[in-house]
Amino acid sequence: MTPLPHPLAPEQRAASVRDLSWLIAALVLVIAPHAMRAPWWLTLLTLCLYGWRMYFALNRAPLPSRWLVLGVTVVAMLGVWIEFRTLFGRQPGILLLMLFSGLKLLETRSHRDAAMTAFLGYFLVITNFLYTQTIPTALAMGAALYLITATLIGFSAPQRAPRANLRTAALLLAHAAPAGLALFLLFPRVHGPLWGLPQDAYAAMTGLSDTMSPGNIASLAQSDAIAFRAEFQGSSPPSAQRYWRGPVLWDFDGRTWSVGPAFMVEFNEPRGGRARYRYEVVLEPHNRHWLFALETAASLPERSRMSFDGQILASGPVRARMRYELSSVIAPEPQVTENPGTLRRALRLPQGFNPRASALAAQWRAASGDDAEVLARAIAFLRQGGFVYTLEPPLLGTHAVDEFLFTTKQGFCENFAGSFAFLMRAAGIPARVVTGYQGGDLNSVDSIVTVRQSDAHAWVEAFVSGRGWVRIDPTAAAVPGRVEAGLARAVPQTSALPLMMRPELEWLRAVRDRWEAMAHKWNVWVLGYNPDRQRDLMSSIGFRDADWRTLTATLFTFLGAMTLVLLAWSLRRLSRPDPVQRAWRAFCRKLARRGLERAPNEGPRDYATRAARALPAARRGILRIGALYIGLRYGRHASAAGVARLRRMVRELRLT
Amino acid sequence: MIERILQANPRLANWLYGYTPPERGTVILVHRRVYIVPTRLGLMFAATLAVLLIGSINYSLSLGFALTFLLAGLGLAGMVHTARNLARIAVSAGRAEPVFAGESAQFRLYLDGRGAFDRPSILARHAASGAQLVVDVPAGGAAEVVLPVPAARRGWLALGRVMLETRFPLGLFRAWSYLEPEARCLVYPRPERSPLPPYTGEAAAGVLHAPTPGSDDFAGLRGYQRSDSPRHVAWKAVARSDKLLTKQFAGDAAAELWLDARLLPAGLDLEARLSRMAGWVLAADRAGAHYGLRLPGVELLPSRGDTHRAACLQALALVQPA
Repeated sequence: MTPLPHPLAPEQRAASVRDLSWLIAALVLVIAPHAMRAPWWLTLLTLCLYGWRMYFALNRAPLPSRWLVLGVTVVAMLGVWIEFRTLFGRQPGILLLMLFSGLKLLETRSHRDAAMTAFLGYFLVITNFLYTQTIPTALAMGAALYLITATLIGFSAPQRAPRANLRTAALLLAHAAPAGLALFLLFPRVHGPLWGLPQDAYAAMTGLSDTMSPGNIASLAQSDAIAFRAEFQGSSPPSAQRYWRGPVLWDFDGRTWSVGPAFMVEFNEPRGGRARYRYEVVLEPHNRHWLFALETAASLPERSRMSFDGQILASGPVRARMRYELSSVIAPEPQVTENPGTLRRALRLPQGFNPRASALAAQWRAASGDDAEVLARAIAFLRQGGFVYTLEPPLLGTHAVDEFLFTTKQGFCENFAGSFAFLMRAAGIPARVVTGYQGGDLNSVDSIVTVRQSDAHAWVEAFVSGRGWVRIDPTAAAVPGRVEAGLARAVPQTSALPLMMRPELEWLRAVRDRWEAMAHKWNVWVLGYNPDRQRDLMSSIGFRDADWRTLTATLFTFLGAMTLVLLAWSLRRLSRPDPVQRAWRAFCRKLARRGLERAPNEGPRDYATRAARALPAARRGILRIGALYIGLRYGRHASAAGVARLRRMVRELRLT
Repeated sequence: MIERILQANPRLANWLYGYTPPERGTVILVHRRVYIVPTRLGLMFAATLAVLLIGSINYSLSLGFALTFLLAGLGLAGMVHTARNLARIAVSAGRAEPVFAGESAQFRLYLDGRGAFDRPSILARHAASGAQLVVDVPAGGAAEVVLPVPAARRGWLALGRVMLETRFPLGLFRAWSYLEPEARCLVYPRPERSPLPPYTGEAAAGVLHAPTPGSDDFAGLRGYQRSDSPRHVAWKAVARSDKLLTKQFAGDAAAELWLDARLLPAGLDLEARLSRMAGWVLAADRAGAHYGLRLPGVELLPSRGDTHRAACLQALALVQPA
């Protein structure tokens, strides 16, 4: 006999209108965040494909032919190619996946196809995380996951009320959560990536670059995005001392300052200093090697090195949120010697640029007795020069330094720093430009300093004989408010500032502080959970130096226990007899203690009669219990009051 | 092949299926009897998770890990829930009405959920015939399954092995269990249409002629007795008065018809003889005759009505081959 088609096999069950509605609702929720990034036509096309499938389902029409679907596929892929000139990057790949969800729906006939489309939905969920992993994204995708789960349940129980399926989905997810959490915490983590990623994988990451030309930092400073957060142990230094050192720029070609070649040195801990701070930094990914440290670093984070000019470099580009600990010291004992080659490099200038500035510097040098005097003259020049600090400086020509210093006199920190370093070198003082961040908001809720891209800054370090490298912030000299009060106060009101930096929105900042304190916890504990945190966790529960074997063993122990708990739960309600039965059993036990065991084949009526005859003193009670039990168990109307009465009567039955 | 091995070694089969047939009364599917394996969809789900995991590692996606692991937990919870959908269900067999050979025996099974939760999408499949049905067992209630099992031969037809299967809730796992509730159905011989035997003088006592088929001459009405066939109730008369009346036919009053195996032509084999006699019983009953049955070793005195008809057919069904 040929076996009949299996009625539970998903390939045998046609996807109904109800199944498809659920599936499409879940998919729409999943692609909603992508719609904000995708070209409008692609979102529209995907939604049209969903609608088209619903149309077929509602009209019970046969699905379109394979060729038509193939045609749509080719046209859509062509559109993606025209938009991106490639099909293989991250962004086009994700958009194609979104499109395929619609195309797959058009081929969805059975529950099996529908389930595969739901699995495709899981991929779409995870692609959302490539762009953002914030709490709102997590909540939205959690909702999508819930909907997909309910959809899958609907495939298994097509006759069941949707509300019951939603309830089962919630129960399943609740049961899945402990195992999911255990896996999250204990699954042996490795540092990614496993292989090369597409070119545009990190395109969205912002931050300082290894060059500085006019306009670079000014455009960065208009972003509210967070660069990193720092949590100090104990007090934090005042805002004016929070110079977060980043890339150091040595080479100037007349227009652009760049990092140039660098070499690593052995780390020497600085001695002395006014104050020491220990802190932990959670750095947002910026796809570069450098880490930021309050000057001057007194220790190095794990797996990092220091370059000859004091930059701290990670072993690879920071492509995931990274957490590191270090300490810094303010104003340590100066190191008064420097490699002569390095000093020569710090004096090099391109020929034929900025004649007026060069002349001014030469004049200062001639009039001054030593380096310190030159410095003082330069700072005085900036302070009295009537310079204006603006996010939108006028465009500058070939002799950018000359134009800024003598003509336009409007600039952003990069203009000030670049020009000052030029003046120093022209005056024969070795100088370099340092970029990084200055200040940062101290959150009033959790005392964490949040540093944003809008805090990006550039300053100068000059090598003064006898004092070593000295930090000079020409912006602070020219526009003192910048460092004291932050960008918001320093820039005239007319300039376009990020919304949150406007002083009149103080209350909004309070709300933001609270939200960001929460987001920080999220970043540290959820998004920043990495192999290091995993080791910390294991050692906190008593496993020192846990390797993957310990982790796996712990994980499986937990998962096994979890499964047993779930199994016990699944049997819980079944092994408990109902209250009527429990009361009856208690009654039987009571009689059995008096030597009146119920025979297995003895019905309640016979048993009660026999017991009543044997114990005439309790006759009335026994017979009433027997009658009540029969009424409750086999009768038509079992009331809660009746059950309570039976229990009370059994409890109060005295057989002595 | 496994089937053949199990058939040759019933003890092995009993161990494997977790019971010793037949199972009397209500069968409760304890956990040990519920088997569970991932379905093809479950394997694809696992493959999906593997890809999600690799993607999460590659892009260092913390929420990707969270999603992947939550889905893995979902798979695990789904497994327990699938087993729960079947475990501890109580199965009892109902009465199966007798049928004729060649028809389908309608076996009834009652699936009692015995819990506060419902158990959707449970497939009951009869192992031998492949008869199958999907039912939803409501919370705190029972569902009835009717399995039509072809009855090929007369005699007692035992239900045999039944499989219960479910894939609820996620379809990632398939849980199943075998059981063999004690249920049997009486199968009458396949009736062969043939003219009733001629009256034999043996049952003499004043009977002059036997009724011939079709000679249902209406003779009058009498009061209804419980053994009367509903076919003979005079429904028109009932509509006029409100008393049940039974039609009597000309043959009834006097004739006693003996359906005797010895009247059959020689040379017929046993099954053919029983088929013809079953045909006689039906014809005699239709004619409203007062008939008796005589088989080697069995004699049912002449009577009429459904109970008598059933007794005669049962006697025919249970004849042991010599």
